[in-house]
Amino acid sequence: MNFELTEEQQMLQDTMRRFLSERYDTATRNAILDSAQGYSSEIWAQMAELGIVGALFSEDDGGFGGAGFDISTVFEELGRAGVVEPLLDTAILGGGLIARLGNDAQKEMLVEVIAGELQLALAHGEPESRYDLSRVTTRIESQGGKMVLNGRKAVVVNADAASHLVVSARESGEDDDESGISLFLLPADAPGVSMRGYPLFSGGRAAEITLDGVEVDDATRLGAAGEAFDALASQIAAAEVALAAETLGAMETAAALTRDYLMTRKQFGRPIGSFQALQHRMADMMIELEQARSAVILAAGHLEDAAPERDRHISAARNLLGRAGRLVAEDSIQMHGGIAMTQEYELAHIAKRIVMADHRFGDTDTQLERFIALSAA
Amino acid sequence: MDLSYTQDEIAFREEVRGFLDEKLPEELSAKVASGVVLSKADHDRWHAILNEKGWLAPNWPEEFGGCAWNAVQRHIFEEESARANAPRIVPFGLSMLAPVLMKFGSDAQREHYLPRILSGEDWWCQGYSEPGAGSDLASLKTRAVRDGDHYIVNGQKTWTTLGQYANKIFCLVRTDTNVKQQEGISFLLIDMDTPGIEVRPIKLLDGTPEVNEVWFTDVRVPVENLVGEENMGWTYAKYLLTHERTNIAGVGFSQAALASVKRMARQERHNGKPLIENAHFAARLAQVEIDLMAMATTNLRIISKAAAGQAPGVESSMLKVKGTIIRQELNDLARRAAGPYAMPFASETIDGDNDPVGPGYAAPTAAKYFNNRKLSIFGGSNEIQRGIIAKTLLAGGAK
Repeated sequence: MNFELTEEQQMLQDTMRRFLSERYDTATRNAILDSAQGYSSEIWAQMAELGIVGALFSEDDGGFGGAGFDISTVFEELGRAGVVEPLLDTAILGGGLIARLGNDAQKEMLVEVIAGELQLALAHGEPESRYDLSRVTTRIESQGGKMVLNGRKAVVVNADAASHLVVSARESGEDDDESGISLFLLPADAPGVSMRGYPLFSGGRAAEITLDGVEVDDATRLGAAGEAFDALASQIAAAEVALAAETLGAMETAAALTRDYLMTRKQFGRPIGSFQALQHRMADMMIELEQARSAVILAAGHLEDAAPERDRHISAARNLLGRAGRLVAEDSIQMHGGIAMTQEYELAHIAKRIVMADHRFGDTDTQLERFIALSAA
Repeated sequence: MDLSYTQDEIAFREEVRGFLDEKLPEELSAKVASGVVLSKADHDRWHAILNEKGWLAPNWPEEFGGCAWNAVQRHIFEEESARANAPRIVPFGLSMLAPVLMKFGSDAQREHYLPRILSGEDWWCQGYSEPGAGSDLASLKTRAVRDGDHYIVNGQKTWTTLGQYANKIFCLVRTDTNVKQQEGISFLLIDMDTPGIEVRPIKLLDGTPEVNEVWFTDVRVPVENLVGEENMGWTYAKYLLTHERTNIAGVGFSQAALASVKRMARQERHNGKPLIENAHFAARLAQVEIDLMAMATTNLRIISKAAAGQAPGVESSMLKVKGTIIRQELNDLARRAAGPYAMPFASETIDGDNDPVGPGYAAPTAAKYFNNRKLSIFGGSNEIQRGIIAKTLLAGGAK
């Protein structure tokens, strides 16, 4: 057993921590949150320059990482700083699917992704699909001798910043079948694609997308017809490791802020951290935080496993992070009191990142169900 | 034991229900149901409707224009109002300041201020908390120094709810710095348009314009605006807080929230079935419902024991803790039920229109979940309440 990061991962962690503590302070982030674009192009370019995007791709794909622990290292740091820039959507989901399924021509786009020159989004979830990964009702239809997509995609994170979209659609089968799903790589401004963009509660932006007779062909298809589900599930698994690690990082910051506050805030003539009622809550938070760290390590370490074993560990991590994250977010706010309710104070944003992570790729209960199903097998 | 309401109480409930059916404007109840922030005009409108009916001040004696309801009647009114999604009655003038004026104010203050509270002419806000004085309220530092027939007030108040709408503020100020903290505090009534007062909005984490900082720089307040005696403010403040804690259990709010989560869970589909049929979600929901049933009964037991108008001590602390846990749990369930559509930030500025993204019920769930974290913080945090309970239980015991 060895729980140390590799030298490269350690360097990456140090670089990111230094960069983000210098360049991504609370004032900067609050300005980004208030901006119309929802992320900073400047920060994005600098992160790409530092190799943060490249760390999420394998050497074959032009990067220098891409494995579970590379992902968890990067996202833990992003989480610690409450970063809202869309690395998960552009690199892990969009870029990851292109790397996994793309032909040579499509893969050329990865050079630009790693250089920080373009943004991507995965348009997969639908208004009725909730957390059901195989539910795809967007259909590929034949219209005037051409293949067209018709359907709606919901809460597509980073859609209105993306130059290209990876869009899922059903080639064959029933609405819930795993087989019969195809992916397409389309310009975001392709004719027939319309968007309604909006800000997200915990930062960043998303859009509702309507696909109305969007023309596709074999050149825009990503991977084989009707066989995209496994790749989709694999890349969502990577995104879940990323999200769990990001949540872990945010929990670390919430706990650190709370610890500092307990030691400095005085009421009744003494630091509030001298009250045993709060000391025990702080202790419980630290216990849960270490549980969360181990759960993330387990998930990251099993990311390359066969699907059932991979997903069992990922569901375990996300269920645990969902429970521990809620405790840390709520108790941090409670122990701070009113100050934590203000948007300007760092904890407000950090707590939102922790809690709202539960709304992507399956919430705490959905993960529990999947864990039960996979453990019974 | 008899768990049924009396004939009179049943008739009263019918009367309240009939009134709400007839008089509660649909625009208002729709806003409340969907979690939209109410404007000052919305609050004023409901205030006027209740005042016209004579139902604005359930806890006031009839001589001052109240309806002198007993505790059970007030409970029924609160429950029915919450069920009908009526706007919450802004409590600062009606149920916080008014009882203090009735008990400790001068005749002149009662005659001047009480009718203006009923008519809506005055909107009061509360100047209690300060940046350094939260749970430890008695450590407040805002100074009032006597200068002839005025006090000169300097300092800062915070978490002033809806202070942006108020034309008056009641304040705890320090008038003597040479005595024990609690003995140097006075209770002052201040016009918000007095020179030297500045209201600065605080941006909350859910984006709602709800609380403010109020800054005082050499604000001149006539001495006749002192309530009761100088340096006796802490006594009045504690009296006021016991009234802040009536309806602390929030049974009506929780019942309305439970009904709303159930409606959502019937519409949301999880793996092809209604979410309400999902075992995990259903179990969470059932547990909160079981807690709420018991807590509602605890609330009624305490209400029926308490003499009308008198707030109980340790029991109200118990109700505050359990009541807020239940409300927050229901807010958490609503957020979960909304699924991915809890993620959009439901701002009126989205697209420049008011159409929610996704189902309307999903839009405010995240904001509500975060906003209501305040329930266990304000009005005496749950830690303070547990301290009161423990102190009472263990008094003289642990040596």
